[in-house]
Amino acid sequence: MIISTIAFYLFAAMTIASAFMVIAAKNPVHSVLYLILAFFNSAALFVLLGAEFLAMILVVVYVGAVAVLFLFVVMMLDINFAELRQGFLQYLPIGGLVGIILLIELILVVSGWTLSPEALKLAAGAGPAVSNVTNTEQLGAIIYTDYAFLFQTAGMILLVAMIGAIVLTLRHRPGVRKQSVASQTGRRPEDSMAVRKVEPGQGV
Amino acid sequence: MEIGLAHYLTVSAILLTLGIFGIFLNRKNVIVILMSVELILLAVNINLIAFSAFLGNLVGQVFALFVLTVAAGEAAIGLAILVVYFRNRGTIAVEDIHHMKG
Repeated sequence: MIISTIAFYLFAAMTIASAFMVIAAKNPVHSVLYLILAFFNSAALFVLLGAEFLAMILVVVYVGAVAVLFLFVVMMLDINFAELRQGFLQYLPIGGLVGIILLIELILVVSGWTLSPEALKLAAGAGPAVSNVTNTEQLGAIIYTDYAFLFQTAGMILLVAMIGAIVLTLRHRPGVRKQSVASQTGRRPEDSMAVRKVEPGQGV
Repeated sequence: MEIGLAHYLTVSAILLTLGIFGIFLNRKNVIVILMSVELILLAVNINLIAFSAFLGNLVGQVFALFVLTVAAGEAAIGLAILVVYFRNRGTIAVEDIHHMKG
């Protein structure tokens, strides 16, 4: 029990510290790397909560795809980031005020709030009970049955996002020499060859 | 000391606050704003999974999975728009993006 407590505080502190560095780092590449660290530590928090499947999904999808996508975009665009950071301190007071007010409100809500025993009973009856079956198997048992429609909708959203990203970034540049298979195979000998009668002593 | 629901909710509240703070702080840089949105969505996911674990109900984890899906799509589309905008205008400063004001 003491080990899980220490682990929780370690991972929570690391998550919060790296999230702070995401917004405070001077270089956006460092921001992305701290974002990856924050994702790893929150995946560890998910493991502590018993949600192993989502922890692995977080590592695969966020660290493997989204964060690397951010990294690509940051490195691909030629931007003067120092110029973008001007006025950083100018926005600090108003941002800090909003953030502190929000944090105080949220902590008041979290600390002054209890679960009613009836809600606990209702919640336990609403979904499958946590048992000896692994987390992934339990999730699969309800995703593919009760939430099959939502699951397919999520797949459609990903498809639309994929096609949208491709359509947005695809561009046809004129003047680029590309292989055209159709015109190569559609070529006839009479299009490219001609038999000429050449007189002796003269050129073509 | 037992780690309860309130501990996880506090972590997620701090993450959410940091995300909103980041949007205010980096008002000129769209990439950092997108990263702050990812932090906010991560806070939402921690909330959902903490409730799911402490109430003994798996539906919260299913919902977190869908939030993850939408967040991945949002990041892909947002970054694609950013790349196209940079290709056309040569800048991504937020205050220069006002062509649709009319």
